[in-house]
Amino acid sequence: MKITRTEVAHVAHLARLTFREEEMEKFTSQLNDILLYMDKLNSVDTTGVEPMTHATVLYNAFREDVVKPSLANEQSLANAPDPRGEFFRVPKVIE
Amino acid sequence: MEFEPVIGLEVHAQLRTDSKIFCSCSTQFGAGPNTHTCPVCLGMPGVLPVLNRKVVEYTIKMALATHCRINRENSFARKNYFYPDLPKGYQISQYAYPLAEEGGIEVEVEGGKRRIGITRIHMEEDAGKLIHDEHFPSSYVDLNRTGVPLIEIVSEPDIRSAEEAADYLRRIHEILVYLEICDGNMEEGSFRCDANVSLRPRGQEEFGTRAELKNMNSFRNVQRALEYEIKRQQYVLEAGGEVVQETRLWDDAQGVTIPMRSKEEAHDYRYFPDPDLVTIAVSDAWIEEIRGTMPELPLEKRERFLRDYQIPPYDAGVLTTSRALADYYEEVVRLCGQPKVASNWVMGDILRFLKEDKRDIRDCPISAAALAEMIRLIEDGAISGKMAKEVSEEMYRTGKPPQTVIAEKGLVQITDEGALAAVIEQIMAANPTQLAQYRGGKDKLFGFFVGQVMKATQGKANPQLINDLLKKMLA
Repeated sequence: MKITRTEVAHVAHLARLTFREEEMEKFTSQLNDILLYMDKLNSVDTTGVEPMTHATVLYNAFREDVVKPSLANEQSLANAPDPRGEFFRVPKVIE
Repeated sequence: MEFEPVIGLEVHAQLRTDSKIFCSCSTQFGAGPNTHTCPVCLGMPGVLPVLNRKVVEYTIKMALATHCRINRENSFARKNYFYPDLPKGYQISQYAYPLAEEGGIEVEVEGGKRRIGITRIHMEEDAGKLIHDEHFPSSYVDLNRTGVPLIEIVSEPDIRSAEEAADYLRRIHEILVYLEICDGNMEEGSFRCDANVSLRPRGQEEFGTRAELKNMNSFRNVQRALEYEIKRQQYVLEAGGEVVQETRLWDDAQGVTIPMRSKEEAHDYRYFPDPDLVTIAVSDAWIEEIRGTMPELPLEKRERFLRDYQIPPYDAGVLTTSRALADYYEEVVRLCGQPKVASNWVMGDILRFLKEDKRDIRDCPISAAALAEMIRLIEDGAISGKMAKEVSEEMYRTGKPPQTVIAEKGLVQITDEGALAAVIEQIMAANPTQLAQYRGGKDKLFGFFVGQVMKATQGKANPQLINDLLKKMLA
């Protein structure tokens, strides 16, 4: 096994996801298959090949440092489930 | 057992761009809540962040100023965690491929200089601001700061005392402000610092368990927090205990560090390359172009001041604390030709005036030219140093040039030998007892006569001339 149920549960928790028992079984098995496939990819000799993060060879997509109008406050808050005044309101979190 | 502190610092500096790092919203501080936000920085689905070119330029500047290696290819990653000030659920930062690595700066320590290594400098976006409700279990979120560009400057664990840490921070701060890439305002959060600190028995190679300190928003607090934390860890170790690896918050009011309640997975960020952003390629030509715009840095300036103006190191340090102050001083010297006298006036009266009014040198009512003119008038003997104190105060208050102030106040120094000799003769005639005693060998009375002359001339007589004449006439 490439991944344990405990690890799957840990990752699920980090993503704030909760699963039923049978889902846990299924996802553990699926993730295991994916990681086994990664092992297959890893068997290719990539000595001297730089890692790539994109399929396109594109560099330096920049914008200039120019300010453009932002959304109005009420637009920014329009999708918020619980706005208060000019703010988003959330349950209190203390670090 | 003697313990040695091992300290590493992480500085977050806000870059002085007009717009945010990945969108065109303004970075202006103090706007109404949630008025500098757009779909990109709000983390709406389907948007595309596009990197602000100036952020890269500014980071390259800092990398050059701190002698870092610039990675010709570098890229962004996603740092994943959930917190209400982070609308996307991840922060765009640099991880495996930062823009700059392996640099360092020099700090002054007793008996010389020490190099503090810089591990890396990377670009990232800031998070929003949370305001906690005092009465309800609610927090209010302002996302104006979300996406404001930051650079994180990570030092090597090379720092060995709280004092050295404060000095390193001052140097980093000074460089950022000199480069004009960060306004350095600690109250507004433009310059923030976290510290990692551990102790090890002196002579031991390997590091002890470290604590991370947060919430120190001034140089002084960084020093105080580190001093406290070093002592705390020392007591723990001396009592046979173990330091726990944890994050601690500095409590300014109580002067202590307290453990932060943290979740165990707090450092499980699952970084991965951000597919929305392409790789940044930094060419030699680009680096050279930026190098061409670099100003003289504080340390170089300090050394040049020592060399060219022959002023004491302390003076050079004070005069180069800001570029504007250094420029002011250099202009005064250029116009009056007296580096040490100019330094005394700028460091003394001018800085005192400005400090009293909390004013910047750029807003000083006494121009560099006016101060230079006043120094020349002292040198020419037109006014005494004592008069100049009064003149400079008036110049500062009214913004008038020295000649005008001198004329208005009737402050012309008496340099006429004949007139002064007449005054001295009167004084000798009025004080026959003291004159006899002086001539009988009571040398101390010389001061009495100087005082009498100063009094009779209301301090307007040239002191050197008084001395010369008195010596001649009393003998």
